[in-house]
Amino acid sequence: MIVPQPEVLVAISSKYENIEFVQTAIEASLFLLALDEETSFQIGLAVREAVANAIEHGNSEDADKRVEVRCRCENERVVVQVRDEGEGFDLENVPDPLEPNNLLNTSGRGILFMNEFMDEIDYTFGADGGTMVTMKKSITLAPKVARPIEEE
Amino acid sequence: MKISARHREGVTVLDPKGKITIGAGDVALREAVGEALVAGSSKILINLRGVSTCDSSGIGEMVAAYTTVKNRGGELKLCALPAKVSDVLQITQLITVFEIYDSEDEAIASF
Repeated sequence: MIVPQPEVLVAISSKYENIEFVQTAIEASLFLLALDEETSFQIGLAVREAVANAIEHGNSEDADKRVEVRCRCENERVVVQVRDEGEGFDLENVPDPLEPNNLLNTSGRGILFMNEFMDEIDYTFGADGGTMVTMKKSITLAPKVARPIEEE
Repeated sequence: MKISARHREGVTVLDPKGKITIGAGDVALREAVGEALVAGSSKILINLRGVSTCDSSGIGEMVAAYTTVKNRGGELKLCALPAKVSDVLQITQLITVFEIYDSEDEAIASF
């Protein structure tokens, strides 16, 4: 039987200055997995983008609304969930930042970064509002480092 | 992030150090480019060798700086990109928009 790895939960008010704290906390929680620098950087940047979107587009920069970030490792994958308290959004209406006419837009590249740096992205929209983004990335665990404990 | 400005052969060279990210670094870059334009500079080079990270907001500010300078008849170029900055410019396809040089000397000579 595989014992589940502990989950890290970071909750912040919707202020941009809190993004740095979230990224640092998530990267610190992944430290024991001994990830290579590139993988750690990619996860950290994807988390940063997801939290920035949650603050700006989800919670409309309302500091009274929270953003929750959960991070865990399961089956040699890092799973990060970012939840806001906003009204949700329609993915179909998000402009493609790689369209020639959008290349010089000054915003709208966050989802592109998340898709690029993580293996899977899913969006769940709550019945009472709120969006949860679940991002997964396969990792290679170093031998005998933070590998899930197998019970007899 | 901190940005210092210097002048070399008629070019304003900006040296950002640290992260160009939402909430701090992006604003600093906007202010530095704005100050260079107010001072009358039309040739601006951003030397990115001291930048450790750039998120989508930082990329957005670089685009804003590029278009602002270009709309005023000036030129904004980039040089000495660290791998992490080069990667995000590749992902966003902005590597084809900006004029980018490996070294500052090459960039200065190109103006």
